[in-house]
Amino acid sequence: MSDSPKNEIDDVTGVETTGHEWDGIRELDNPMPKWWLYTFYACIIWSFAYWIVMPAWPYLSTEGWTYTKGVIGYDQREVVARELGAVAEGRADEMQQIATLALEDTAADPTLMEVSLAAGKAAFGDNCAPCHGSGAQGSWGFPNLNDDVWLWGGTLGDIHYTLTHGIRWEADDNTRQNVMMAYGRDGVLTRREIADVAEFVLALSGRADDAEAATRGAEIFGEQCVTCHGADGQGNRELGAPNLTDAVWLYGGERASIIESVSNGRSGVMPAWGGRLDAGTINALTLYVHSLGGGE
Amino acid sequence: MAATGAPGHRIPGTMTTASWAVVASLIAGALLFIVIAAKAQDAPMAAHAWLFTLAFAAGALAIGQRHFNALERGPAASEEVHYNDAVVKAGVIATLFWGIAGFLVGVVIASQLAFPALNFDTNFLNFGRLRPLHTSAVIFAFGGNALIATSFYVVQRTSRARLAGDIAPWFVFWGYQLFIVVAATGYLMGVTQSKEYAEPEWYADIWLTIVWVTYLLVFMATLARRREPHIYVANWFYLAFIVTIAMLHIGNNLAIPETWTSSKSYALFPGVQDALIQWWYGHNAVGFFLTAGFLGMMYYFIPKRAERPVYSYRLSIIHFWSLIFLYIWAGPHHLHFTALPDWAQTLGMTFSIMLWMPSWGGMINGLMTLSGAWDKLRTDPVIRMLVVSVAFYGMSTFEGPVMSIKAVNSLSHYTDWTVGHVHSGALGWVGFVSFGAIYCLVPWLWKRERLYSMALVSWHFWIATLGIVLYITSMWVSGILQGLMWRAYDAQGFLEYSFVETVEAMHPFYVIRALGGLLFLTGALIMVYNCWMTIKGRVRESEPLQMPVRAAAQPAE
Repeated sequence: MSDSPKNEIDDVTGVETTGHEWDGIRELDNPMPKWWLYTFYACIIWSFAYWIVMPAWPYLSTEGWTYTKGVIGYDQREVVARELGAVAEGRADEMQQIATLALEDTAADPTLMEVSLAAGKAAFGDNCAPCHGSGAQGSWGFPNLNDDVWLWGGTLGDIHYTLTHGIRWEADDNTRQNVMMAYGRDGVLTRREIADVAEFVLALSGRADDAEAATRGAEIFGEQCVTCHGADGQGNRELGAPNLTDAVWLYGGERASIIESVSNGRSGVMPAWGGRLDAGTINALTLYVHSLGGGE
Repeated sequence: MAATGAPGHRIPGTMTTASWAVVASLIAGALLFIVIAAKAQDAPMAAHAWLFTLAFAAGALAIGQRHFNALERGPAASEEVHYNDAVVKAGVIATLFWGIAGFLVGVVIASQLAFPALNFDTNFLNFGRLRPLHTSAVIFAFGGNALIATSFYVVQRTSRARLAGDIAPWFVFWGYQLFIVVAATGYLMGVTQSKEYAEPEWYADIWLTIVWVTYLLVFMATLARRREPHIYVANWFYLAFIVTIAMLHIGNNLAIPETWTSSKSYALFPGVQDALIQWWYGHNAVGFFLTAGFLGMMYYFIPKRAERPVYSYRLSIIHFWSLIFLYIWAGPHHLHFTALPDWAQTLGMTFSIMLWMPSWGGMINGLMTLSGAWDKLRTDPVIRMLVVSVAFYGMSTFEGPVMSIKAVNSLSHYTDWTVGHVHSGALGWVGFVSFGAIYCLVPWLWKRERLYSMALVSWHFWIATLGIVLYITSMWVSGILQGLMWRAYDAQGFLEYSFVETVEAMHPFYVIRALGGLLFLTGALIMVYNCWMTIKGRVRESEPLQMPVRAAAQPAE
């Protein structure tokens, strides 16, 4: 077409057009840019080379479908298995010891502790952080693990037990179990009585406004609450009952929150990790949580 | 045209055998959907069945009304009409409407990612349901309407032929809107087949197939009656887009409905085969919907607006065929380092690399068409928009092959980098080339001398460009940071960061991204105002129609 003498020449560029026109649009007969063409060829040649090196084309052999394996024998699954294996091997001895040694013995060994804390931090981030926060700072309903206030105890053994069996985790027969009753919802106490007992609880940390109500509340507390929270309100770790005299509150310590807790009860859940994480990881997590600041 | 008044000659717009057949099909369809509605096993199916019933009934009534209007109008005027522009006008308005809807939902979900409280703990406004609403609204509702409208305009002009069929183009237009509404309301009700960019369930897919095949027939029949010896390059791209989307849509949506009265279906292919088919579809939705289709748009509106010939006919042939041939193989690069066999990953990657130059052929032809008219970049903001769209096209079609390289992909995959890449293509290329086409089409279609305001086009251009830059750069930083955090190991080989920590680190970039989206939406609202005023026939008082006035004052040469 380009050698047709009839084709007009574009005034601006001096290039021939192809001679057609569509709704006023014409086309120039420029050649393809050289750099474009050669880069295109280069990409094609590179692809052919890559096919020779790497697994590439499927074909039907006498044994069914297979593919060209490539000269370097690359296999993605093999690479992953090798890399993960190498990482695991690098710390295999330590993890083996962490899994089998007593927690106190591991804690006494600086090398094992270094691996434990790293393993514990990684496991914490993936499994615990969604509730307890990435800094273990906790949030409403989820305890802060950095302080020395523990519901079920802060020794290595206590933490290990909680991690393994969870709290109120029905699937685990040995899970930590207690009940904070719903005194209002279940009709055990009237609204007035709940307000009084809340007043007494506030009084335990010196925040009561109404001494008379607090006195009435003390009587109810003596009947309903002492079994778990103790006569002085300082709680009981055997039963996982929180100390009501300090400034740490899992569900809020202001009047409305206390009334809500007494009325409707509280029963937060922590999963049992025993069946999900291996022994070494649970031990490492125990040591990590213990090291955060409140370990006993 | 005295013959039109002759007795026995049909008045255009009145009922024919074909229109009776369409009406009968619509009524039959409405009856079928009444039965489905009555027997529906779930609430979304019942709602959608009623929607179909109403839409079909409305369609049958509209055809009836058309008949009586035509009788009333009489035979004279209609034969004068050469091109079918009414359906194009409707398409332009639908494009504007769905554009705003899609961008708005985009801003909402970007804000939800930055501030999760904005999910409001509801089902309907949850990110999981709004996200496909956003992607479908921008790709299929905004982009699809832009493609249908411009293809109907371009194929008529470059073939010097009226659009084939009288009811068929309108069936395509309204049928497509019905599909959009069914898809969108389905997402909000939780109906999805969980395939990215192909979420609508089986009954919506069947409906789209009918509409799309009609679209293909209208387009091909129009080409067949062309009064030009050759088919213009824009139409090759449009045709490739329509044919391939039909094939992809059917291939990826092969599924078995639970029952014919249930909104749930199960994919025909299991496991990794399903994944591969999905990304064969997904990648070519990008390749043939968002690339080939919009290249068709580019090949008409840039030379037309710049009043310059297309740079190279030979380049257009070679890059068309190489693009069509290579694109279809590149899908597996979405499944690097998955259960997909190594060989398929290799092919996906190498075909993506080979695709780089064929993609750039369109960019070269677009940009070089401006040679001899570069000054128009300064004087015409519409040309600026079209040219910048081609620049974004070049950028994202370079970034794509780079990201398909397995070494790069191991960092970029699943991160916000991918989101940024998609949006440089979607906002920069698809968005801007469509805006440019709309700015051209509105005055042409409504026979206005010019747009209401060129200054507002400039404002749109700069606000939207700033928005895109904020969007892309924040997602680059966020994506690379995310990828590096995911792969960071400590001395013992344990992961350095938990997933939660990487999410926390993204927050500032998510805020910047939402701001970028808000700017893009603002620009689009300016465009809608500008188009609305143009359609109303207004010209901004501070910008009088100087040029045409001066030209008219000169004596004819």
